[in-house]
Amino acid sequence: MNGIIDLSAFRVVLAYLFVIIVLVIVRLRGINREKEIVISSLRMTLQLILTGYILVYVFRYPNPFITGGIIFLMEAFSVYTIFKKFKGKLSASLKKVVVISMSIGTLSCLLYFLLVVVRITPWYNPQYFVPIAGMLIGNSMTGISLGIKSLIEGMTTQKALVEEALILGATPQVATRSIINSTFDAAILPTIQSMVGMGIVFLPGMMTGQILSGTSPTTAIAYQIAIMFGILGAVALTVIIMLQLGYRTFFNKEDQLEDQLYKV
Amino acid sequence: MFEFYDVKYKDVLDLPKLEIKQEEITTFIGASGSGKTTILRMLNKLISPTQGRIIFNGTDLRQINSVAHRRTVSMLSQSPAIFDGSIRDNLNVGLRFQERELARDKDLNHILEQVKLNKPLEASANTLSGGEKQRLALGRILLLNSKVYLLDEPSSALDDETEEMIIQMLTEHVKREKKTIVMVTHSKAIAEKYSDTIIEISKGRCLTWRCNDERNN
Repeated sequence: MNGIIDLSAFRVVLAYLFVIIVLVIVRLRGINREKEIVISSLRMTLQLILTGYILVYVFRYPNPFITGGIIFLMEAFSVYTIFKKFKGKLSASLKKVVVISMSIGTLSCLLYFLLVVVRITPWYNPQYFVPIAGMLIGNSMTGISLGIKSLIEGMTTQKALVEEALILGATPQVATRSIINSTFDAAILPTIQSMVGMGIVFLPGMMTGQILSGTSPTTAIAYQIAIMFGILGAVALTVIIMLQLGYRTFFNKEDQLEDQLYKV
Repeated sequence: MFEFYDVKYKDVLDLPKLEIKQEEITTFIGASGSGKTTILRMLNKLISPTQGRIIFNGTDLRQINSVAHRRTVSMLSQSPAIFDGSIRDNLNVGLRFQERELARDKDLNHILEQVKLNKPLEASANTLSGGEKQRLALGRILLLNSKVYLLDEPSSALDDETEEMIIQMLTEHVKREKKTIVMVTHSKAIAEKYSDTIIEISKGRCLTWRCNDERNN
């Protein structure tokens, strides 16, 4: 294996040419997005530089509390991002459901993946814990976001059908079954589709990173296959927990549809 | 069967006392927005009073499981939602929701005859007209064979002739099977002709409450 080509700061700056190309395109097309593109590019750069230095320290001095703290921060930030995305649209009970489903869904898959599939030592090894947690939590966050959007839309647009089912003697669970199924489907579809094109249409980020850093492609592929199943499991688990608990938030204790479906 | 004690619902209803008798046809009349539909929704436990009590056969409705109650007291809403699928699917949907055995085609066709809907069971329910959908929904709740039927403007989308036939069929069915109907209608004529008791609601309050003497005699 050849050693990795070191990317100097100057060469990274050269990559900003791509940002400039996008800025030129939006300017010429009259699309008002320059500010967001500049801010998000700079923010991404600063965040990653900072994260790089923090990870260097964390990897050098592994500690279960620091690893746990990082995972907690990742979870908290993902939940915050979801709340921000649906600002004013989530009831207090649906917010609780998001916290529970993100925590249980991602942590159980993360622990299974690291302790049973990869079998890391020590069990809190941040070199594995942090990047894999990032992938599972990030993808689950996207899945939950899609799920919430679809659940709220379904419960709003199909309110008459849900109520008709209740009138005809259905339990809330049965009355919302088709909404929950289609929401689950919508939430995990992107993950399934990304698996279909993987290795042929594109090489996924983690695998690319491993190959660039000198890991054998076969090892990188083994990790990628396992992590994709981990992501699929985490997304599916978080979304189904969210849906199983979330649909109930649209009903009161007397199995009646709440007047206000969600906070507006 | 149903007794109301100081029932209030937000600022829509205020009913200090009301009684709906078993095996009778009780009809609520009144202007639109007077609170008639709210009463039916409370009787079906789709909503609960914000104040006061409703007693059903001696038990406070709050103590009765809502799903179990809705399986005893079937409601036909004014604009019933129709599910994707065939007429057969829509007729059977209530039985399916209640985890009961689905009806045979012979029984389904009999129900269609009763509600004057001359369509094949395989036909798509979504292509039916408003009046046909209303009759399909009526057939759907008749198939549930409940003790009590709550009917919200059951004939609002029907022409006069069909309306007369349907209401007559319903009242005969109810009297024969010793069931109870609580109905909301805008039609005083229908109320006078078929009801045992007529209750007029105005601005959420009970304006008049009378036995239909003409009918009872």
